[in-house]
Amino acid sequence: MSALLETRVLTRRFGGVNAVDHIDFTLEQGELRCLIGPNGAGKSTFFKMLCGLLRPSGGDIILRGEKITGAEPHEIARRGVGIKTQVPSLFDGMTVRQSIELSALRRQTNRTARKSAMRLMESLTLDKLDNSVVGSLAHGQRQWVELAMVLATDPELVLLDEPTAGMAKDEVERMAGLIREINRDHTLIIVEHDMNFIRMIARKVTVFNRGSILAEGHIESILANQKVRDVYLGKGRDRA
Amino acid sequence: MSISEKAETVLEVRGLHAGYGRIPILNGVDFTVNAGDVVGILGHNGMGKTTLMRTLMGYIPATAGTIRFSGDDITWLPTYQRARRGIGYVPQGREIFPQLTVVDNLRMGALRATRGRVEEILTDFPQLKPMLDRAGGALSGGEQQLLAIARSLCSEPRTVLFDEPTEGIQPSIIEQIATLLLSLNRTRGLTIVVAEQNLDFIAGLASRVLIIQKGVIVRQLTPSQLQGIDILDEFVGMARLQ
Amino acid sequence: MRFQSTFGMALMGGAGAFLIFALPRLVEPFVLVDLTVYATLAMLTMSLAFVWGYCGILSFGQSVFFGIGGYVYAVGVLNIGDSTLPIALAIALAMAFAAMLAYFMFWGRISDVYLAVITLTVSLIFFLVINSTSGGEYKIGIVSLGGYNGIPGLPPLNLPGNPDRAFDFKEMYVLTVAVALASYFLLCWTLTTRFGRVIVAIRENEVRTALLGYDPRRYKLAAYVVGAGFAGLSGALYAATGGLINPDVFDFAFAAQIIVSVIIGGLGTLAGPILAVVGVQWLVAWLGKTKITDANIILGAIFVAFVLFAPAGAIPTLRKLAASWQARRRARRSKSAEGIR
Repeated sequence: MSALLETRVLTRRFGGVNAVDHIDFTLEQGELRCLIGPNGAGKSTFFKMLCGLLRPSGGDIILRGEKITGAEPHEIARRGVGIKTQVPSLFDGMTVRQSIELSALRRQTNRTARKSAMRLMESLTLDKLDNSVVGSLAHGQRQWVELAMVLATDPELVLLDEPTAGMAKDEVERMAGLIREINRDHTLIIVEHDMNFIRMIARKVTVFNRGSILAEGHIESILANQKVRDVYLGKGRDRA
Repeated sequence: MSISEKAETVLEVRGLHAGYGRIPILNGVDFTVNAGDVVGILGHNGMGKTTLMRTLMGYIPATAGTIRFSGDDITWLPTYQRARRGIGYVPQGREIFPQLTVVDNLRMGALRATRGRVEEILTDFPQLKPMLDRAGGALSGGEQQLLAIARSLCSEPRTVLFDEPTEGIQPSIIEQIATLLLSLNRTRGLTIVVAEQNLDFIAGLASRVLIIQKGVIVRQLTPSQLQGIDILDEFVGMARLQ
Repeated sequence: MRFQSTFGMALMGGAGAFLIFALPRLVEPFVLVDLTVYATLAMLTMSLAFVWGYCGILSFGQSVFFGIGGYVYAVGVLNIGDSTLPIALAIALAMAFAAMLAYFMFWGRISDVYLAVITLTVSLIFFLVINSTSGGEYKIGIVSLGGYNGIPGLPPLNLPGNPDRAFDFKEMYVLTVAVALASYFLLCWTLTTRFGRVIVAIRENEVRTALLGYDPRRYKLAAYVVGAGFAGLSGALYAATGGLINPDVFDFAFAAQIIVSVIIGGLGTLAGPILAVVGVQWLVAWLGKTKITDANIILGAIFVAFVLFAPAGAIPTLRKLAASWQARRRARRSKSAEGIR
């Protein structure tokens, strides 16, 4: 299987500091990859370059064999990349239904977009909120809305930046189940801090630290990795 | 604290109602916080955690009920006067000043504090030291969250309200924050009210946990009860009933 | 969020029917001429309400397209002798100029206040340039641009293909009001299309819209050009109605009148600004006649009053008051039902 996504010595500088430092990263089609690492390690910066919100300072991003380095966000989105950003980026003045319909509308007609939106709202249990104005929703609810909007565009590659932030334990479980389902026909990269959540979904994990990849491997080996424990995990009870 | 000392009531909330326009969110919240307490607030999204915090701080006007802080009725006071009385607040979503440097963000918090307060705080938050001259907006999400917490402590509050402080912060630093807050509580008597979803964090910190549902406090738990499997099921079950 | 207001549409439809069918029988012809001018200003204000209120493009210099439309009509009709082609040219050239401006602004990632300043400056540049064209050397075809005096003696519209059959006052009035009304419904309809919804989304959150795969630059350019088309048409009709066009349409006071009307009427509605500009224009004309004081002072005072007391604009504030009055009625009724005093 050829790689869906590849970065080669990808770099991004912010005023003298390499937030992302010459990263070589490979992602196969159908993978579910988790990205963990300390605050400020460059995870979100990496994501923003992948979806075109930030221009790389150096290196390349290759999607399905084609270079997309420096392409505009809407061009990359049209190539099948969807991102749920760390701080939810939503249409606060619209209702939940309107937001999701608009997301589906790019690839569908009015009628089919409406149906897709309804189906998505049901599977993400947003149907009771469908006429709520997005700006009035609580933080965790907004995360679900953004996820629905991203899924409505049916992207091949789904990037989720801290999807469970602000969610209660049972919601986290629901999200884990949903992600496993999405993984059946989408490739995912997920940035997260909730180790319990990562345990529920992860296979391969990449650890970022100071703009570089510190370690990469199966979740259990990562959790046992001393370097990772030192910079990131701490001495918590349920680490092992 | 000797047995004869009566616990001083720091925060007393009675029948608090509040909402957004015509939508009621808080429907009669009642609870008390005594000096030196660490009170956790658990609840699903949309149940009123953040609205409660914002109403306590005065960002949202109460439509009914009272809020008393150290005996004084603060229900109708503007936010800055509540802050001046010693209530600190770390809102959900960072909300640091992106155009100001890290050190200036801290100085803003320390404007009315004793001299040397910023240096003091930096010993508790060494992670911020290498970033002092960086613009707040250039920090990563988790670093901004750390800065928000540090800044709130700069004003030397007697009571701090936290809304999901650990969100976006890596596990090792969450541990450090928990340790720090615990020590501030034990050595300086800092009273803490914290809304959180991270049960491990709450369990290690709180003396009492309140469960908020549909704008009302429905249950009060001890941390040991929180660890019990059945209480989580009950909590989860309550969620499924909505 | 409402993409179009049924109340507004009903109001416009009713008012339009009244204006077209009933009013001409009730008033003197000169009143109809005034109303025709109001209708052209209403169209211009609507175009700004669309571009600014719905698309989020701070086109403070929207009146420049009005002026371009007026001048193109003037030069065209005096050169050609028939009004049909000049009207089409007025719309086309306004849109072409808008497309060029939009390309530089949106692909150059200029936004917000900078856009406002640049568009306003463009209008003032036109003002300065046209003003300095007095003297016979500045001609297009046989038409002198006339400097600060403008171009007088413009014939009214004529039946297409028949230059001798000119429209009289009443016919110009009915035509202009009908065109203004049609523009209103056309803009309302546009907002319900996919294009309209994406435009509003761009105003709400441009980054998120781009991340969904829509190119914001293209959509903003299209919206800006559409607005310019309506503005250009209204300028041409204005020139045809008054028989005159002069550089005042490019100056700051005129631009401000339109901006203030949109703010007073309510950013985010189409009907509000229409009512507001009619009110403002009437006030300006009345103050001009009675010479009580400088119209701009009164306009400024009204503007400040609205910003202080009804910042959302007249229509949205009225809506909010109506909603809270309804809510209080409901609360009172339920209380009396429970027997509570």
